[in-house]
Amino acid sequence: MTKEKLKFAFYWAASCGGCEIAVLDINEKILDVVQMADIVFWPVAMDIKYKDVENMPDKYIDVCFFNGAIRTEENEEMAKLLRQKSKILIAYGACSHLGGIPGLANVANREEVFEKAYLKNVSTVNPDGVTPKTRAKVKEGELEIPEFYDTVKALDQTVDVDYYVPGCPPQVELTINAIETIAKGELPPKGSVLAPLKSVCDECPLNPTKTDKIQISEIHRIYEIIPDPSKCFLPQGVICMGPATRGGCNARCINADMPCTGCGGPCPNSPEQGAAMIGALASLLGLGEEKEKYTEADIEKLVAQIKDPLGTFYMYSLPSSVLRRRVMKK
Amino acid sequence: MREVTINPITRLEGHGKISIFLNELGNVENAYLQVPELRGFERFCVGRKAEDMPQITSRICGVCPVAHHYAGTKALDAAFNIEPPSAAKKLRELMYCGYIIYDHTLHFYYLGGPDFIVGPEAPPEKRNILGVIEKAGLEIGKEVIKHRAYGQKITEIIGGKATHPVCGLPGGISKPLSEEDRQEIEKMATSCVEFAKLSLKLFHDIVLGNEKYVEMIKSEAYTLKTYYMGLVDENNKVNFYDGKVRVVDPHGNEFLKFEPKDYLDHIAERVEEWTYVKAPYLKKVGWKGFVGGADSGIYRVGPLGRLNAADGMATPLAQEEYELMYRTLGGKPVHSTLVFHWARLIELLYATERAVELCKDPEITSTKVRNLPNKPGEGVGIVEAARGTLIHHYVLDENALVKNVNLIVATINNYPAICMSIRDAAKGLIHGGNVNQGLLNKVEMAFRAYDPCFACASHFAIGQMPFTVEIYNHEKKLLKTVQR
Repeated sequence: MTKEKLKFAFYWAASCGGCEIAVLDINEKILDVVQMADIVFWPVAMDIKYKDVENMPDKYIDVCFFNGAIRTEENEEMAKLLRQKSKILIAYGACSHLGGIPGLANVANREEVFEKAYLKNVSTVNPDGVTPKTRAKVKEGELEIPEFYDTVKALDQTVDVDYYVPGCPPQVELTINAIETIAKGELPPKGSVLAPLKSVCDECPLNPTKTDKIQISEIHRIYEIIPDPSKCFLPQGVICMGPATRGGCNARCINADMPCTGCGGPCPNSPEQGAAMIGALASLLGLGEEKEKYTEADIEKLVAQIKDPLGTFYMYSLPSSVLRRRVMKK
Repeated sequence: MREVTINPITRLEGHGKISIFLNELGNVENAYLQVPELRGFERFCVGRKAEDMPQITSRICGVCPVAHHYAGTKALDAAFNIEPPSAAKKLRELMYCGYIIYDHTLHFYYLGGPDFIVGPEAPPEKRNILGVIEKAGLEIGKEVIKHRAYGQKITEIIGGKATHPVCGLPGGISKPLSEEDRQEIEKMATSCVEFAKLSLKLFHDIVLGNEKYVEMIKSEAYTLKTYYMGLVDENNKVNFYDGKVRVVDPHGNEFLKFEPKDYLDHIAERVEEWTYVKAPYLKKVGWKGFVGGADSGIYRVGPLGRLNAADGMATPLAQEEYELMYRTLGGKPVHSTLVFHWARLIELLYATERAVELCKDPEITSTKVRNLPNKPGEGVGIVEAARGTLIHHYVLDENALVKNVNLIVATINNYPAICMSIRDAAKGLIHGGNVNQGLLNKVEMAFRAYDPCFACASHFAIGQMPFTVEIYNHEKKLLKTVQR
């Protein structure tokens, strides 16, 4: 621990507020944080202005925990400003780390989003086809709102990021661990994800029931069957993102008898999470060395059963994946 | 005309901007609350798997994920035409109580309550949880941290995760409750009842015991006569998780009572060019602009909306406090916006009492928590989020993929009324161009009473920084920008 108190900042860009709650969820540990660090910027809880951040000297903040994706011009400006003012910038939570669930909006663009929200919407009465404008005239004057971008980005697609804390939201232990690591000054190499190297499977209580090769004839969706809660989902034909997802969450969803949906992001050695899961499925199905077990028609039938592969394999990571976004026709 | 803009508004979840226009005399001509963001959930949910919806839509708001999770789950119950087993419904409701305990505690002590407890004239740096602890004592502070955590823990035990739970499935929930966990929840819930009583005592001592506050509560600047909406049970008592939607008129008479599936017959929304958020109104009354009264379709939801729309609370202690509130304020309905805070604490007490009741229900540990769904179709799910009525409407295709989604979230229902409350507070508090920080605080108080969550309102938009107030003069020149 350094003699002088560290300076922390917390900021939210395009996020749901859940990462802020995740920080509050360290509960009484927050008192330890206040002991070791001064919080110099935290918009959700403190009255400090943007202007005050602008006036800080460069690298004034020791550690900035940045949650949320980059969706608007303002998000981008704040990311750049906080990068400039911080020694260490941490992408905190799935949106900042990978783009997150709001990153699924990369299946569409502004025009389609507007159409769905304001024009072709069952509860909206809008005969004149009104949509919000960045500059709108009202009786008393003119009002401005920021422009809505077409594409959602992860933080490191906008600025240089030092570390990542994964999860949607990050597990309390990961947050505490990150803070303790910083306090001790024992940070790993730049670019590290501050989470265990293992996959969700490695910490899953059902892992002993997962076999190397899984003979399944049908893929089931979790709502269609009541799976045996004492057995791995995969041999039961339910897709669980555990094999392709980084651990550190104590398999919390699986402990609630639900499959992993992948919020921890990719495992260290296979950064393309969706592709890794498709690969894992292929290998679990015994494709490859034991092709004879399945005819091509069998495989096609199985694959056709995977509904919404994008939402299944890239629920949290579309913006940072090789797919990144849907190509829109002009 | 002069314009005042408040941006960012701290201590509420989400992002917003207030612009106030002054006339030649320096008095308020009009005020606008703009929500500057949009996310597009309605668009990107299309094509997703039905069963993923409760988890995807919970990411609309990390503060009230449980509300979205269950509005979504109930929309799926309806879309698959499947009734969950009775134990599953009770577990969902128990988890919902945990969520209300956590969220109402968060608002009263961290977000909105500090205005009262620490005082509206106190410097901004004191009007937060630390200021509350300073004024009310460290012991209270510890109780607050402990019981907010209990609310989260109850949710986590049943839901798997407190923020962004995973347990909701069409026809039930994923996991039964063990006896060991039941006991733990009962212990926490019992402690929460005492905490809720303590919070009400604090409110009585600090707020109602202070004549100046009471005068402010009753003042014209904070009064708005509107319709009120909330879910009620079969006895017309407040219910968060289930029931029919009831609407009362500004005189307190029942105006509507409808099943969730019929919401489109009763609620419509309009689009304004100057904000990303839509403005809902009662279809039968119609949109008459940002005005109150029985001729305007604007309605209010949330704690005061629910209490006004119902005939009472379903648990004894909460019912007592409900009666006391209306007795004190001269009968129903109450139109004073700041009474949202009192109503919120009455609901906190109800949620804790109801959680204890559910824990004692022998069925709560039943292992029968799922029924398998039928063919996919169309469904509407309505719950009461902490901030008000929340509607999810899904249309599924034959593969149970989402074909169409419509969402009307709690804060959106209140949006027209919040705009008016801000305008009226500004009118009552800014005269002759005299704008100081204390006055702006009170303008903020007008909207903080609603506990607005612009992360939600912009499901749509994404949770963001607080607010700015910009003040424009009669020549439309920016006079002053106040950021906090």
